[in-house]
Amino acid sequence: MSSNEAPNSGRTTGTPLVKRGLAEMLKGGVIMDVVNPEQAKIAEDAGATAVMALERVPSDIRRDGGVSRMSDPEMIQGIQAVCSIPVMAKARIGHFAEAQILQSLGVDYIDESEVLTPADEAHHIDKWAFTVPFVCGATNLGEALRRISEGACMIRSKGEAGTGNVVEAVRHLRSIMGDIRKIGQADNAELFDWAKQLQAPLPLIQEIAETGELPVPMFCAGGIATPADASLVMQLGAQAVFVGSGIFKSDEPAKMATAIVEAATHFQDPDILVKVSTGLGDAMKGLEIASLETKLAERGW
Amino acid sequence: MPATVGVLALQGAFAVHAAILENLGAATIEVRTAEQLASVDALVIPGGESTTISMLLERSAMLEPLRARLDEGLPVLGTCAGMILLASEISDGRDDQHALGAIDLAVTRNGYGRQIDSFEADIDVAGLDAPFHAVFIRAPVVERVGNAVEVLAEVDDQAVLCTSGSVTVAAFHPELSDDDRIHRQWLDRIGG
Repeated sequence: MSSNEAPNSGRTTGTPLVKRGLAEMLKGGVIMDVVNPEQAKIAEDAGATAVMALERVPSDIRRDGGVSRMSDPEMIQGIQAVCSIPVMAKARIGHFAEAQILQSLGVDYIDESEVLTPADEAHHIDKWAFTVPFVCGATNLGEALRRISEGACMIRSKGEAGTGNVVEAVRHLRSIMGDIRKIGQADNAELFDWAKQLQAPLPLIQEIAETGELPVPMFCAGGIATPADASLVMQLGAQAVFVGSGIFKSDEPAKMATAIVEAATHFQDPDILVKVSTGLGDAMKGLEIASLETKLAERGW
Repeated sequence: MPATVGVLALQGAFAVHAAILENLGAATIEVRTAEQLASVDALVIPGGESTTISMLLERSAMLEPLRARLDEGLPVLGTCAGMILLASEISDGRDDQHALGAIDLAVTRNGYGRQIDSFEADIDVAGLDAPFHAVFIRAPVVERVGNAVEVLAEVDDQAVLCTSGSVTVAAFHPELSDDDRIHRQWLDRIGG
């Protein structure tokens, strides 16, 4: 573990609680993908709780093809310079050298992300080795618990990034939340089988049986394009939302960003959702899942 | 104990505050509208992103009602972002960020640095027998303390827990420590 005590100060940094703590502070909010300082300002002005700095939003990564990597440090620093809210950045799955660079840049959270081209076909990053916290995607509870056992302090559904289509995020959330509810009903003997079926560590399964919750905050990503989408996934149990292409591929990004921020707060109040959903222009066009050549959610092990 | 404790639930770590207060026997409600605000006898402003909460207070038409309740002496506990919002001066904030001015403090947002500088530390708190294990997440630094403000805890000579009249603020997150003494102390102070 990387937590370390500075001499004489009595302060300990990089502990699991400190790492999870920032995720706790992001609950009920919206984390927005941005590709330059101008977009970062629009996101912060709209009320984003954090921004995700990356070179291309997922829909452009899909369109352009090729290998997708960590962003240029200069681009991340440009966004850090204009933002007072937390700045996150993405590293490739298993690419611990990219993660070391991002930690050195002082990013506030690293997303070990399937949206970038994986660097390792068997191993994810040993996230315990870092002071900076990590978020990882998951399509089901077993994947979520494997990432937590590697040191992830926040889990997000993968959804299908860059599609503007929420159906995959809903599938992943329902799978994760549904299995958590079933484990809550299981007896002790059944917990061993759950660990085997999910290929997940038994102590984490036992913790879920006891608390009825994932051990870290659970957010939603992948395909959110409207305030109603944000409301849907939060009613299904997501505690905050990541919006990628959905904002800056819409007709009026500033309006859409503001509306999704309000929807994340008032997700249970349809009267307020009517107001915030009105007059936003067109949402991003979006893609049918069946038409995709590459399913990003299949990346990760 | 106040009849109803509201927890401002626009964004941030509101749920865990509510759980602790419920456990201490308080009746709590989540506050997202001016109507809900009008119904509470005390309020917690939780940690979260202070700029986001400030904007949502304005867009939810709660800013002026909240100022009015604070002027009337509504008992309030603000943690981290809550401390920033309740302070009288904010540096490194946004130009459009609202300082509610409920307690005479000048604070700097993210004053301890970025997330890699976030930390845990044992702190001595006035009125508590044993140290409190405090968690600081991109925490504000108190740069100036007004004359009427009582400092209850410090880290490296900087105030991290303060009270003045009906207002109590912490730069850290008492809700994350699995220790309810700060909440208990607050409930006692506001008329247990």
